[in-house]
Amino acid sequence: MAALLDVSSLTIGFGDAAAVVEDVSFRVEKGRTLALVGESGSGKTLTCRSILRILPKAAQLRGGSIRWTPGTDGAALDLLTLPERRMRDLRGSQISMIFQEPMRSLSPLHRLGDQVSEVLHLHQSISRAEAKRQVLAQFDRVGFADPERAWRSYPFEMSGGMRQRAMIAMAMVGRPELLIADEPTTALDVTTQAQVLGLIKELQAEIGMAVILVTHDLGVVANMADEVVVMNRGRVMESGRASDILGAPAHAYTAKLFAAAPMIPATPSPARAMPHDDLILDIRNVSKSFTMRAGGWRGPVAVTACRDVNLSLQRGKTLAVVGESGSGKTTCAQVALGAVQPDPGGEVLFRPVPGAEPINVHNMTETQRRSFQRQAQMVFQDPFSSLSPRMRIQQALTEPLEIHGIGNRAERREKAAQTLQLVGLSPDMLGRYPHAFSGGQRQRLSIARALTLDPKLLVCDEPTSALDVSVQDQILTLLEDIRDQAGLSYLFISHDLAVVARIADEVAVMRAGVIVEQAPPGTLFHDPRHPYTRALIAAQPEPDLSRPIDLDLVAQGAGEPSGWPEMFRFEGTEAPVLRELSPGHMVRCHV
Amino acid sequence: MMFLRYAVYRFATMLLTLWVVSILVFIIINLPPGDYLSNQIAELRATGQADGVAKAEFLRREYALDRPLYQQYLIWVGFAPGPQGFSGLVQGNFGWSFEFDRPVAEIVGDALWLTVLVNLSAVLFVYAVALPLGILQAARSETWADYTAGFIGYLGLATPNFLLALILFYYGHKYFDLPIGGLMAPEFEGQPLSWPKVKSILLHLIVPTFVIGTSGAAAMMQRLRANMLDELDKPYVETAIAKGMSPRRMLTKYPLRVAFNPFVADIGNLLPAMVSGSVLVSVVLGLQTIGPYLLTALKSQDQFLAGFVLMFVALLTLIGTMISDMLLVLLDPRIRYGDRKR
Repeated sequence: MAALLDVSSLTIGFGDAAAVVEDVSFRVEKGRTLALVGESGSGKTLTCRSILRILPKAAQLRGGSIRWTPGTDGAALDLLTLPERRMRDLRGSQISMIFQEPMRSLSPLHRLGDQVSEVLHLHQSISRAEAKRQVLAQFDRVGFADPERAWRSYPFEMSGGMRQRAMIAMAMVGRPELLIADEPTTALDVTTQAQVLGLIKELQAEIGMAVILVTHDLGVVANMADEVVVMNRGRVMESGRASDILGAPAHAYTAKLFAAAPMIPATPSPARAMPHDDLILDIRNVSKSFTMRAGGWRGPVAVTACRDVNLSLQRGKTLAVVGESGSGKTTCAQVALGAVQPDPGGEVLFRPVPGAEPINVHNMTETQRRSFQRQAQMVFQDPFSSLSPRMRIQQALTEPLEIHGIGNRAERREKAAQTLQLVGLSPDMLGRYPHAFSGGQRQRLSIARALTLDPKLLVCDEPTSALDVSVQDQILTLLEDIRDQAGLSYLFISHDLAVVARIADEVAVMRAGVIVEQAPPGTLFHDPRHPYTRALIAAQPEPDLSRPIDLDLVAQGAGEPSGWPEMFRFEGTEAPVLRELSPGHMVRCHV
Repeated sequence: MMFLRYAVYRFATMLLTLWVVSILVFIIINLPPGDYLSNQIAELRATGQADGVAKAEFLRREYALDRPLYQQYLIWVGFAPGPQGFSGLVQGNFGWSFEFDRPVAEIVGDALWLTVLVNLSAVLFVYAVALPLGILQAARSETWADYTAGFIGYLGLATPNFLLALILFYYGHKYFDLPIGGLMAPEFEGQPLSWPKVKSILLHLIVPTFVIGTSGAAAMMQRLRANMLDELDKPYVETAIAKGMSPRRMLTKYPLRVAFNPFVADIGNLLPAMVSGSVLVSVVLGLQTIGPYLLTALKSQDQFLAGFVLMFVALLTLIGTMISDMLLVLLDPRIRYGDRKR
């Protein structure tokens, strides 16, 4: 029997340049899941878009065929030569697609009900009432508590996870035979990712459709795929059954991907607590609430971003704050750097050298402020927007020195060259502009920019979450090396426990503006106590077929704090206190 | 309900703005030294016409021009009693035109609604031309359709209006027998509204509409094209195509809806640009709008006439912005529900 989809020797290129997808072949069987794995620029997205023929205008299909054999005895169609009008009939009804960014893949100006039911109206002659009935049933199926309300809602009224559920509802409502999911969970928090993956799997089993899952995450592959195709630079490196490839990758590139994939280590015993005798940064009782103007004629609303945060960072160590979007972790970092004033009662103390008189970061003299700004620097998340595209690298690196009046022109240049070497780049790159660098190189540059002033403290806000796994691995190694060489201390903000597991000496898990659990990583992964920490750990997809995501654990901890087991439950907004259960291990719970 | 509240709120701010504008207008008119009457009195004195001086002095008192400026302002607007009691803009008394020696209301009466008519039809023309052409340009970007429309647009933008008017008059008259100048055939002036009169006005409107609207249409076309091209790159467009929509429906349902917002917001800007832009055109075309009156009044410091015309233009602008704001609220749920609880 013919495969549902048979892609053979697909070749795509732009202009006169060499092909960006070359001789790619794979087959998708009915009801099965194929994972297309690769890093950015591997051609996996172009490949899956060519199936629906929604390529960018400039892309040329240079060869190959895509044969589509729907139904039980349908004739095969070549999707690359099918007339546009017939192609249109296939899109959305037989083959549908979910995109990476749920925030932007839905029209902001149309109600969800309108956008989803449109799929039905486009492909069937169906009454409005019947279409609405089917869409509501689908909304219910993808997990909207109130389908009627979802029908009336606009996308901007929903969280990212809910929007992705709406996208899934839109893709599934036409009961397609093939679903193409292009990085469907990359933009989502890890617990949301686990739930969305679970949902796709469930719905797939229900209507027996095939899935092509495009991803860079081997953990996601292990949880979802039957077959795997690994791509690099437009070519297929390796393909086969998921169990074979994940068990024993044959190709060196696949093995490299595995080595780079961050994992939560299996820890045999709890770790020793980080000492707290020489603190470089001491965050005490910090709360921060914002008053938001609702706009127009409404009264302002107070929003608490974080509450009762107590954190202390030992000199030369790394303290990680982990949480999902909206957990208050970034506010903590901003308060720590003095960029945001905490509510009265909180203070942040900074000790540049051991035993020195601490500086109150929110109450500094002008001289103190200047010296603090030299000693505490920040590395940002997005290396593409944190460097000015109009400044040469040399300018970007010497600017902080100029501002602080350090050295003369030649000395500044020398310092910039040194710093570039420190982050593993060559000094002859000083004359270039940022656009000439790849994502990983740019992140090295923004680390270099932070290092030119020889700071003592580096605040890293998700420094690797915009990068490919293999690059992420390199950047983490770099950060570790610099920390040990230059005796730096890191306040490391992240949503990814696996990244944190590797670099941190102590981890604080935040949820709903409070720290729910705090411990050295060894202890945290060996003996997580809080349901939310457990959910985070359980939701982390592992590239190991024998350790699938435990959705029950995720669902239990990732919900609202009022739904946690009694021992951890919040009473309204009132949270239990943070208790030290064993030395260095603190959990927010009732006794 | 919420919309009603917003409308009331918006109307209140409009009145407030209008009040501020009235102060500014009054100040600007009184900035040049002297006023119409004192200029006239000086001239009459110089030529020794004593009874003329007496009449001018009488008018000065009658219209409170002998009082301090702030009192003049209050009387003009109608917030304070003048020689005839409360009788200002608020009460519907627009004052006296010294230049024409007639009440302002009588002079501008017909011109008012002709102004509204000319500019309204120009606005409609702008939208009717810019909307389809802008979409066409975006949808067929970088093809001959795009380039042709763009070329014509720039030509319209670059040609001076009065030149365009003269050219159109000449050829319009030569080939289509279109009337030259004015807004209606002379025999209908001052006549009550009748079917032949309406027909005559519509025929006369063709050239002025085209002349006043062309540059606005060209500018708006380019803006719409740019907006649409931005929107066409957004992921939701891809989603719509992946659903199986035809390009035409997709284009009008999704990107156009988003690109349309600045378009609507432009109504407010379009009106004043046209009214002030059409002053010269009105003079050239001999249109009986308030444009030419404004020009004369400003030149001779005929302050009540000038003040009234400026206030009227300001009112048109404010009404335009109010309409566009309210339409935006209706069109864009992000403005409407931006603060609704999740």
